[in-house]
Amino acid sequence: MSESHPVDFKSYFRRCLYVFIAVLCTTALMIMASFLPNYGWSAKVAAIIAIACVNAFVVAGFLMHLLSEKKMIYTLLGFTVFFFAGLMGLTIWAMHDTPLGPTH
Amino acid sequence: MDIPYTSTPRPDTGVYNAKIGIWLFLASEVMLFGGLFSAYVLLRVGAAPGEWPHGWLNVWLGTFNTLILALSAITTLLAWVACKVGQFGKFKFFHACTIVLALTFLGVKMYEYHDKWIHYEIKLVDGTFADGHLEGAVYVDKATNQELEERRFRGNAFSAVSGGVTNNYELASVTINGRIVTDAKDLVDLRAQKSIERKTIRLERAQIKSMENYGPWHNTFLAIYFTLTGLHALHILGGTLVIGYLWGPGGKMWKSDPERFTNRIEISGLFWHFVDLVWIFLFPVLYLT
Repeated sequence: MSESHPVDFKSYFRRCLYVFIAVLCTTALMIMASFLPNYGWSAKVAAIIAIACVNAFVVAGFLMHLLSEKKMIYTLLGFTVFFFAGLMGLTIWAMHDTPLGPTH
Repeated sequence: MDIPYTSTPRPDTGVYNAKIGIWLFLASEVMLFGGLFSAYVLLRVGAAPGEWPHGWLNVWLGTFNTLILALSAITTLLAWVACKVGQFGKFKFFHACTIVLALTFLGVKMYEYHDKWIHYEIKLVDGTFADGHLEGAVYVDKATNQELEERRFRGNAFSAVSGGVTNNYELASVTINGRIVTDAKDLVDLRAQKSIERKTIRLERAQIKSMENYGPWHNTFLAIYFTLTGLHALHILGGTLVIGYLWGPGGKMWKSDPERFTNRIEISGLFWHFVDLVWIFLFPVLYLT
């Protein structure tokens, strides 16, 4: 929540209304995507997660004011993204690395 | 001793110290939840085909909670804006809304947990499975030989009481509202089944081979579901306590140091938005995929 701009209650209220409508729409889209007839499990999951990312972007960008934050916060988040991507990358890398049986 | 505190942004970082503090904390939280999401992914892809449950959670309750949390994130922001423009009355109103919404979220979550807690999968001696919500159990008091009907089952697993006597009471029968299936796979993918007919079923003790409720011990899906949503619910509870404090006794600071108080609202708001962000991913991952 950056404080570099003067705050106007009415404009914030309007912004919040748009955010709520966006969250409503993305949630509805996610549910619709999950109820669609089977078009491949991975495609379905990818579509749902992509919509969830849009939803998260709206919340982080507008409600947490990440679209207008200071450089210091972006630097800090850059490290977080790096380590989070590493964690998920390792997870995906290890996905099919299942032990076949006892090795000793 | 007073702890030194600055309400204004530092010239070198451009933000006040507490803000860097909360973002560092949120960064650690990302890794905490990231680790659990990673565990979920590995459990999910490691499950044998057809063994991962689908349709076990109520999508509409999850949707309701998603909207409740989104609304609470908005009221938190509006509470901060109210402080910024110096309208303490509006702040009180919006923060009260946040608390009510947070408690509603927790109430729905508790309902969902209770629903799983009273849901039992019962293996029968004839090889079939009874599945449904427990309506009651009949015990026999060994001392007086009298029957006693209870609305709950004494234990999460049948093994806890199947040995015979629990506190001098022996299980005689169990009544559930559910169905009997011949193949255990019919209990796994519920979304594939158009309609499920449930009826009251009474099972005598001699018919039961084993029984277990849908607690975290039931399977890996429920284990990760309770872990993820339980940790998230603890965050909601913690956030509600902080917001409640700032709404109540902590609000005194508004008179002595409004700028510092506004910063506190911003910090608690950032935490609350993060909790909302986590739910934005929990909902599709657990309820929809």
